Amino acid sequence: MSAELDSLYQEIILDHYKNPHHKGLRDPYEAEVHHVNPTCGDEVTLRVHVADGVVADVSYDSVGCSISQASASVMTDLVIGKPVAEAMAVHEEFLALMQGKGTVEPDEEVLEDGIAFAGVAKFPARVKCALLSWMAWKDATTRSLEETP
Amino acid sequence: MSSQTAARLDGLLPELEVIRADFPILSRTLADGQPLVYLDSANTSQKPQCVIDAMVDHLERHNANVARAMHQLGAESSEAFEAARDKVAAFIGAPSRDEVLFTKNASEALNLVANTLAWARGPLEVGEGDEIVITEMEHHSNIVPWQLLTQRTGATLRWFGLTDEGHLDLSAVDDLITERTKVVSLTWVSNMLGTVNPVAAITKRAHEVGALVVVDASQAAPQLPIDLAAMPEDERPDFLAFTGHKVVGPTGIGVLWGARAVLEALPPFLGGGEMIETVRMESSTYAGIPHKFEAGTPPIVEAVGLGAAVDYLSAVGLDAVHAHEQALTGYALEGLATVPGLRVLGPLDARERGGAISFEIDGVHPHDVAQVLDVRGIAVRAGHHCARPAHARFGVQSSTRMSSYLYTTPTEIDALVEALHYTRSYFKL
Repeated sequence: MSAELDSLYQEIILDHYKNPHHKGLRDPYEAEVHHVNPTCGDEVTLRVHVADGVVADVSYDSVGCSISQASASVMTDLVIGKPVAEAMAVHEEFLALMQGKGTVEPDEEVLEDGIAFAGVAKFPARVKCALLSWMAWKDATTRSLEETP
Repeated sequence: MSSQTAARLDGLLPELEVIRADFPILSRTLADGQPLVYLDSANTSQKPQCVIDAMVDHLERHNANVARAMHQLGAESSEAFEAARDKVAAFIGAPSRDEVLFTKNASEALNLVANTLAWARGPLEVGEGDEIVITEMEHHSNIVPWQLLTQRTGATLRWFGLTDEGHLDLSAVDDLITERTKVVSLTWVSNMLGTVNPVAAITKRAHEVGALVVVDASQAAPQLPIDLAAMPEDERPDFLAFTGHKVVGPTGIGVLWGARAVLEALPPFLGGGEMIETVRMESSTYAGIPHKFEAGTPPIVEAVGLGAAVDYLSAVGLDAVHAHEQALTGYALEGLATVPGLRVLGPLDARERGGAISFEIDGVHPHDVAQVLDVRGIAVRAGHHCARPAHARFGVQSSTRMSSYLYTTPTEIDALVEALHYTRSYFKL
């Protein structure tokens, strides 16, 4: 019983939940988006700053469960400082992991702390929690690129 | 912990084990052989065998369309469908069985009223300068239809606020319910706070200014005895809506009761078969109530199931169900109070509330609470329970909600409380 829970609530996830990285809204930014999960009410407001083709900053304000909060924290660790194309590839990798129903073996080289979410993929109701901030980031980044030709 | 305490609880249904045996799902087990502790009845109730059997019997032996099939099965099906209307009318004490309309659910019932009012001309017409009054504790289905009505007609939407204890703030009643008020729509029992609202007093006040009163009884019908005919006329609402699946009936069917004079004055809702008298290419005339508001083939087997459901509840007795809910709610409030960092949203006196209790726990998000409980076989709801404004009023984004019903035992409440203590320790609080 506890083992099932432990596969969902990895220590890494609970650490990020209690001490989220890069949280808070910051300037400068080119795009700000607000994403919600209408079935549960989780919300994230997220800003992206792209400079010279690199994700220079991602800042956010959010309310939600441990999975959604930890996911936002891990996501910012993974994408900040990376060229946009490379960050988008990480996004694709995380998306594949989440949508793999527990059959995808995560690549620690690419996903780092994100591999802790492998267990979440086995809980269909929680996959959307893990993806909320990633979807917001992709949306905001796309808009940032439109703002800065 | 306290089977002894539980045994001493006043008001519990005396033959609770017999009642539980009527609900086959309660004996199933979940993953790892965990027994089911179902505390999500405000979301949907479980179904007794007699409801399941009535629906199966109808499908196996009496299935035919209603009111249009000129054969023996058609007659049987029509009789069963209309008998269900009689049973529902008896369940709520409707002054007339023709005032009972079948809809898809409570949302459709409320939308029926809001939409037909948007189309009404004459005395019921809603327009600029008119006001619609709702409350901050409504389910989204009793907010959005009125937003749509006011947006479509130019009328103004206003609402009762809430006190810190989770009651309607009635201090502004004379400012809110005025000569401009056309409709007051409110829930009888809050699905989130559990609060039981003073429907009779508010109805009386609304009627003094000539406003219509719509009552969302989705949470009241399962647990409060309702006798519309016995209410003094000035305290009787004009509409009462509830859904079948929360009163141990099936999904896919809801009920709108409406006062005859108002139903007759309103224009039709949906057009189609069954709701007409004569159709010509240029225009049509309409059937009388209730059929005027029941276009198309209705949810026939669902009505049969609902009829069996309300008969079942009536046989147990709504007074007894209400006493059971109050006893369990009081017991649950005591148990929840032992969990450190737990805050109940809504009245803390069981006598002032229904059997749904929403709460938050410091340091653990409701989804995480529900996840831990689910692994232990305990089903609750986590989220905003379709009452986001009420959550916002109390400064929370979401909550965990336990809701009991006539088949809930004190032992199940004990299991919940113990699991909440475990949840805190799991998250190292």
